[in-house]
Amino acid sequence: MNLRLLKKALLRLGFWCLIGVLLLYAVFPFYYAIVTSLKPSSALFEVSYWIANPDFSNYAAVLSQASFLRAIGNSLVVALCVVTLALFLSLTAAYALGRVKFRGRGTVLMMVLGVSMFPQVAVLSGLFEVIRALGLYNTSWALILSYTIFTLPFTVWVLTTFMGQLPHELEEAAIMDGASPWVTLTRVLLPLLWPALVTTGLLAFIAAWNEFLFALTFTLTDTQRTVPVAIALISGGSPHELPWGLLMAASVVVTVPLVILVLIFQRRIVSGLTAGALKG
Amino acid sequence: MSVSTTHAPGEELLLTRETPVQRRRVRAAWLFLTPMLLCLALVAAWPLLRTFWFSLTDANLADTGGGTFIGLSNYLFHNGSSWSGILVDPQWWNAVRNTLHFTVVSVGLEVVLGLLVALLLNIKFTGRSLVRALILIPWAIPTIVSAKIWSWMLNDQFGIINHLMLSVGLIDAPLAWTADADLSMWAVIIVDVWKTVPFVTLLMLAALQMLPSDCYEAARVDGIHPLKVFWRVTLPLLMPALLVAAIFRILDSLRVFDVIYVLTSNSSSTMSMSVYARQHLVEFQDVGYGSAASTLLFLVVAVIAMLYLYLGRRQLEVRS
Amino acid sequence: MIKLKLDNVNKQLGGARILRDVSLEIAAGEFVVFVGPSGCGKSTLLRLIAGLDSICGGDLLIDGRRVNDLEPRERGVGMVFQSYALYPHMSVYDNISFGLKLAKTEKTSLRERVLKTAQILQLDKLLQRKPKELSGGQRQRVAMGRAMAREPDILLFDEPLSNLDASLRVQMRNEIARLHDRLGSTMIYVTHDQVEAMTLADKIVVLNGGRVEQVGSPRELYERPASRFVAGFLGSPRMNFLPVRLQTPGETSLVNTLVWGITALPFDSTNLAAGTHLSLGIRPEHLSLKAAEGTAGVVVTAVEYLGSETYVHLDTRLEEPLICRCEVSAGWKAGDRVELLPDIDNLHLFAADGTALKRHPHAIETLPDGVLLSPARASAL
Repeated sequence: MNLRLLKKALLRLGFWCLIGVLLLYAVFPFYYAIVTSLKPSSALFEVSYWIANPDFSNYAAVLSQASFLRAIGNSLVVALCVVTLALFLSLTAAYALGRVKFRGRGTVLMMVLGVSMFPQVAVLSGLFEVIRALGLYNTSWALILSYTIFTLPFTVWVLTTFMGQLPHELEEAAIMDGASPWVTLTRVLLPLLWPALVTTGLLAFIAAWNEFLFALTFTLTDTQRTVPVAIALISGGSPHELPWGLLMAASVVVTVPLVILVLIFQRRIVSGLTAGALKG
Repeated sequence: MSVSTTHAPGEELLLTRETPVQRRRVRAAWLFLTPMLLCLALVAAWPLLRTFWFSLTDANLADTGGGTFIGLSNYLFHNGSSWSGILVDPQWWNAVRNTLHFTVVSVGLEVVLGLLVALLLNIKFTGRSLVRALILIPWAIPTIVSAKIWSWMLNDQFGIINHLMLSVGLIDAPLAWTADADLSMWAVIIVDVWKTVPFVTLLMLAALQMLPSDCYEAARVDGIHPLKVFWRVTLPLLMPALLVAAIFRILDSLRVFDVIYVLTSNSSSTMSMSVYARQHLVEFQDVGYGSAASTLLFLVVAVIAMLYLYLGRRQLEVRS
Repeated sequence: MIKLKLDNVNKQLGGARILRDVSLEIAAGEFVVFVGPSGCGKSTLLRLIAGLDSICGGDLLIDGRRVNDLEPRERGVGMVFQSYALYPHMSVYDNISFGLKLAKTEKTSLRERVLKTAQILQLDKLLQRKPKELSGGQRQRVAMGRAMAREPDILLFDEPLSNLDASLRVQMRNEIARLHDRLGSTMIYVTHDQVEAMTLADKIVVLNGGRVEQVGSPRELYERPASRFVAGFLGSPRMNFLPVRLQTPGETSLVNTLVWGITALPFDSTNLAAGTHLSLGIRPEHLSLKAAEGTAGVVVTAVEYLGSETYVHLDTRLEEPLICRCEVSAGWKAGDRVELLPDIDNLHLFAADGTALKRHPHAIETLPDGVLLSPARASAL
């Protein structure tokens, strides 16, 4: 009897140890970035695990850099525009794909799925030409346009899944009431899709906020850069002397909003990710 | 479009027509799809075709349209005495090897770790939803940022990883994680695995929660060992979801760019196909050559994606 | 006046024929119920009338106008769905007024109409509530209100009560009947519940396998079913069917009934050959029982006590046991031997293809006394 109790206790202990290791593994690097960012440059090169005397000089330095603030602004504008554009385009498309039976529906869905698998670099040169032809090189519009290549397939796919789950009779009731497809979409289905829109919008926002390759290639000057590029290009006096404190402060500044969003909307994000991946 | 005939055995032909409502809905469906299709044509289909075309020219970045057609010379060319072109470029084959190495190791680790973490988090305990939220943090951090954080942690002189390993006695001299040719690929893999395990875990958790619970109760009643249950019941049932997750990750890994670019920049020991293609496109301004590399990468990804779609369809057929 | 006319309407989906040559006339103000087993095409027929499904062949006329190619809103029909399908994000008021708004109804008359509808359905106090704050019966009424608000000439109901519990179903059934009396509009109602059909309908349409089996008032259908299917479908417990053989065809048929021997029945069988297998239908309430002596008669196998009446199951050694509806006071027990006395005026005779033989109008024959057979003698025949 006692032996069984002991075994049980040991199992519990082992379990909680595993959870502890998991949490340490997941959270520690970000925590360590915060620790580093709160150190004055003099203390930077002594390894420490705790925040002893928080020093905000790195944050002050980062936030006083006009180009960094500008990059945050650019990232916000780009991400918000991409989300709006992708949601609008995919909402109507998801209605067509999720609620109407028509010939060619399967083909369109396959195409959308296919685009989502594109390696970005495969369209880089072609897209570069299009952007230059439209006169958008080195503007936020170049990024807004090009980001739809990875946000749009995803939002279409997820919203189609959510759209397909709404009851059939609801739409028939709207038809009996004399609603056109547009009215059905905007006044009957859309209000029911808000949770799904928030989820997909959030995921699209994160994807756009984090994008690097296009941002690096299609913008040239400091005033047009987005946050990931700005951070990647922070450099010190020599390649071997990166200003780590500053870098970590910048990293924390651009990541904290995302982390907070993720913690708040955790459940929604999970449903969105799994809807996109498993139900296809 | 609106009239088609159907024929049932032993019955006269009947016209199957659509109601006005259905006709209007189909018209609206195409109208609703148009903006999205136009957008995808502009940012995906057309650029892709142009990339294919560029790969057959000697275009450069300053004037992409000004290249002349040179056939397959970017891929392979014999000038009388020797071969040239991507297919004989040792750098390219090095990039291919690196990419495959990276893909196999990191996807393998991610799937195994993701499954283990999912099994752990599938156990009910107090605070589970908080733990689930917290493990999402690495996924939310931008790749660039996580690459920077890790390159600080892996720093050869002041990095905490070296500090830890030294103090435990695992090593007796600091390792140059990102600079050492033997270690830099491992550094890249460590960062990628850290960042993407949450995604795989989420998919696995969702799949685990869809498993029928009566199987398990039956197994428990029969007194079958939990490990056996895992191998015989859980794993086979999880296989479809595992495959989906693996293929998603494989497609992502094959086009890896950000982590490598930031962590080890243009070091040849970690250069991936995407990095190689972009280097030729943007830094060397050789659009023709770079496009040829992009096209090859696209073909590799397309073959795997096709395999996935084929397998997915087969699976649907089996299920129905 | 003919409100709605179906002329040889056909519906095919994939390779399957859902409706075959359905022709039907529905008068203005009539309450028509489509009834039949699941898969008989009754819901499809309703959806064709609504305009939600397409007609593959034949014509649909409303007020003499062909409406095959008109949209639902142009047909002047309103529909109540099985699951109600209320707009979850809209208040009761908005649910009811949505169609009116889309029809660009002028504001004051819109409000007037919504309030009138709400008043008829006793929804006045609930107008600001959301559907999720309503009970099942209230949701049902909102669904009706939404269908009624645009004052359609024809109201369609697709199994509207099947989501309610039994007591509420009876109450809503009465409300729908009252609503019909009050509005006087044409109503078409689909159900698989024969009690709903019998109690609500002016006219019942029995569908089977995509065909119309019979159209008529509840009483006509019950008392003079045109086919074995209709006879068996309406009535609970269902009609008893006994296999019989035609002895002598004629305006009055001589039939070998096995249980009662050779009997003259008032049905016209002039077109049939002697020896044809027929089916004799007797409803449980049209059989009476008398205690039999010795080994005569048949054995009571089971007695179901329902409070107001009892169902007595009898073993006739034929295809299936007979059921007889008796008064409780008769006190039959399992194991009793009884003689069966059929009510000769309420017998039905069906040909092998299921169609009912025509009843001879001046039939005066009655069952001769003493034709009762013991099962032993019946089996010897």
